[in-house]
Amino acid sequence: MKRFIRTYLFSLDHKMIGKQYLITGLLMSLVGGYLAYVFRHQLAWPGSPVPGYGMVGPDQYNGFVTMHGTIMVFWVAMPILLSGFGNYLLPLMIGARDMAFPRLNMLSYWTFFLSTVVLITSFFVPGGPASGGWTSYPPLSDQPGFTGVFWGGHLWILAVALEFTSMLMGGINFLTTTLALRAKGMCLFRMPIFVWMENIASLLFMFSVGPLIAGAFMLLADRLVNTGFFMPSAGGDPLLFQHLFWFFGHPEVYVLLLPSLGILAEVFTVFSRKTLFGYRTIVYATLVAGVLSFVVWAHHQFISGMDPRLAAPFSVTTILISVPFAISLFSFIATLWGGSIEFTTAMLFAVGMLAEFMIGGVTGIFNGSAAADIYLHDTYFVVAHFHYTLFPVTFFGAFAGIYHWFPKMYGRFLNEKWGKVHFWVTALSFNVIFIPLFLLGLAGHQRRIFDPTVFDYLAKYQHLHVIATFAMITMLLGQIPFIANFIISIYKGRLADRNPWKGTTLEWVAPSPPGHGNFENDPVVHRGPYDYSLPGRDREWVSQTEE
Amino acid sequence: MSTAIIHYIDEPHPVTGVTNSKLGIWLFLASEVMLFGALFSAYILLRTGSDVWPHGSTLLNVPLATLNTIVLITSSVTMVMAWASLAMNRFSRYQLYMSLTILLSFVFLVVKGFEYGHKFEHHITPATSSFYAIYFTMTGLHGLHIIGGIIVNLYLLLWGSRLWQTNPKQFTGRVEAAGLYWHFVDLVWIFLFPVLYLL
Repeated sequence: MKRFIRTYLFSLDHKMIGKQYLITGLLMSLVGGYLAYVFRHQLAWPGSPVPGYGMVGPDQYNGFVTMHGTIMVFWVAMPILLSGFGNYLLPLMIGARDMAFPRLNMLSYWTFFLSTVVLITSFFVPGGPASGGWTSYPPLSDQPGFTGVFWGGHLWILAVALEFTSMLMGGINFLTTTLALRAKGMCLFRMPIFVWMENIASLLFMFSVGPLIAGAFMLLADRLVNTGFFMPSAGGDPLLFQHLFWFFGHPEVYVLLLPSLGILAEVFTVFSRKTLFGYRTIVYATLVAGVLSFVVWAHHQFISGMDPRLAAPFSVTTILISVPFAISLFSFIATLWGGSIEFTTAMLFAVGMLAEFMIGGVTGIFNGSAAADIYLHDTYFVVAHFHYTLFPVTFFGAFAGIYHWFPKMYGRFLNEKWGKVHFWVTALSFNVIFIPLFLLGLAGHQRRIFDPTVFDYLAKYQHLHVIATFAMITMLLGQIPFIANFIISIYKGRLADRNPWKGTTLEWVAPSPPGHGNFENDPVVHRGPYDYSLPGRDREWVSQTEE
Repeated sequence: MSTAIIHYIDEPHPVTGVTNSKLGIWLFLASEVMLFGALFSAYILLRTGSDVWPHGSTLLNVPLATLNTIVLITSSVTMVMAWASLAMNRFSRYQLYMSLTILLSFVFLVVKGFEYGHKFEHHITPATSSFYAIYFTMTGLHGLHIIGGIIVNLYLLLWGSRLWQTNPKQFTGRVEAAGLYWHFVDLVWIFLFPVLYLL
């Protein structure tokens, strides 16, 4: 029993902590998905009881939309991509035996777990969960009287604060580990792109989270002791919260994107048997994008009532930031060029992520230019846009990573046939959900409307909601093969050796699954991370440890 | 609990020149700068956005705050002395200076408590005005940081100091990291004092 607790609960091993984050995140995605199912059913067939829930009232609807956004961004995308894969892979990839601060690492997970408990609790308190939107804009979120939610709002703030404390500890750990514990010969420009991405994401998070914590602290003061920071009637300014929120919120989307791009780089190189195109270019472009991400935040606020003269500079920086990302994405495409591509499930998800994310990126241009955004703001176009960015990044990225590194984590393969079923159902239904939402947005359908049928001009578009909801249910059903595959493969999957995909980076040098301390002997690095198909070699891959 | 061997716990890394704990605490302080930076920005925004803004010196007790500034700066000095005593291998001196640091931090909190209490007696709360809202928020958050520092320093004075017997270098490193945090808290106050009380 004691052994069980030390190995599976209060483990200091970065690999177990990574798995804990990963699995907690996956479980939370089921909660977020269930909420989406309930409110999508309400949108398609307003006023009819939802199977598995019952009647949805306007208050529950607002609460569920709020919690869906909160959970998917903060309790699914961040723990899976940043903390889950980061914890599991980062020390392995740089040849370290563990994180620099293993106890801090454990504390980080359990703080996160506590935040999850607090968040889930808020569903069951009187008044229900927070319902001011996932951005928690005041004045709506500022006074319990406005939404009728008292405890839910407090718990939301508490949970978010705890979660960010946890991720802050993780970020300090990632950066220190990378700077201090790299294996001999692993200079910075020999690190896999995933490690770069995790570190840049950690930096972005650490430098942007302070303002949000400050904003949350002030919001809590407004709610608890009646200060008026965000209440115009008391001399405050609701825009202040929007600035603090988005000063964090915009770097945050890159905190999610970068680890996912890192997974993409690793999967692309392994399954196209080619070196990464423009390694240094990608690193520098990402650093530039990281800096730019701190000066784009007000593009969320074009019609918020801020000084209109600010719109032009923020439009410019927003469109500017697409340049470094375009450079990275084209480098990834060029990596595929002429490679001998093998479409494993991981590769399918990675290619799928790139393709879908580009639609998200391109539609972002419309939102980013102030003139178009004045029409599109707060419509379903925005909803479709950010789902086209965040869904591929979070889920396609996470699935690519899981199918790719599952043999390392558990020493067994996931079933590829069911994996492909999982990919095609997910990818197809994803597009069928969100393409109709673009059309709804262009037709002028506002977000966060409980019952669209009360608006006459939207009546002729109701079938689009029905299509999206059917696709949404299909997607949820499509996850059943994945869940079954995941659980069965842990025990019954085909056995994998230490390097099942013939990869070059250090995690493939360690046993599958690696024991405590990771490597039998501390690895020594002699070359860059992606030496595939080198001329004059009898094998098409050369591990980083080979001379 | 078994831990895989981790390097640079007590030896500085040859490239970065610092130990892990020092690197970690600097990164943490960098994010703290952003936290307090955001509150200072909020202060500027609220002040420029309001029609009338009171002079802090007319509402707040400047002599008490000056006393507190001196107390806090002195505690920073004793914190350095505590660390320096360890570096010179004089453990009983360390205990003396660390106790002084903790004592001074309590003095700071007590003085701050009198200030707060005086305001509450006159029914002045954070809800009174924007000025008091930002005053209580910033000094309150700073006070929480002081309390956090006291907890860490107490740990390093009592149970935590057992590490001195087994790994003096690592223990000295911990005291140094706690000291860096303490100087940061001190520094925040040095900005808070003129901004809230004098301007």
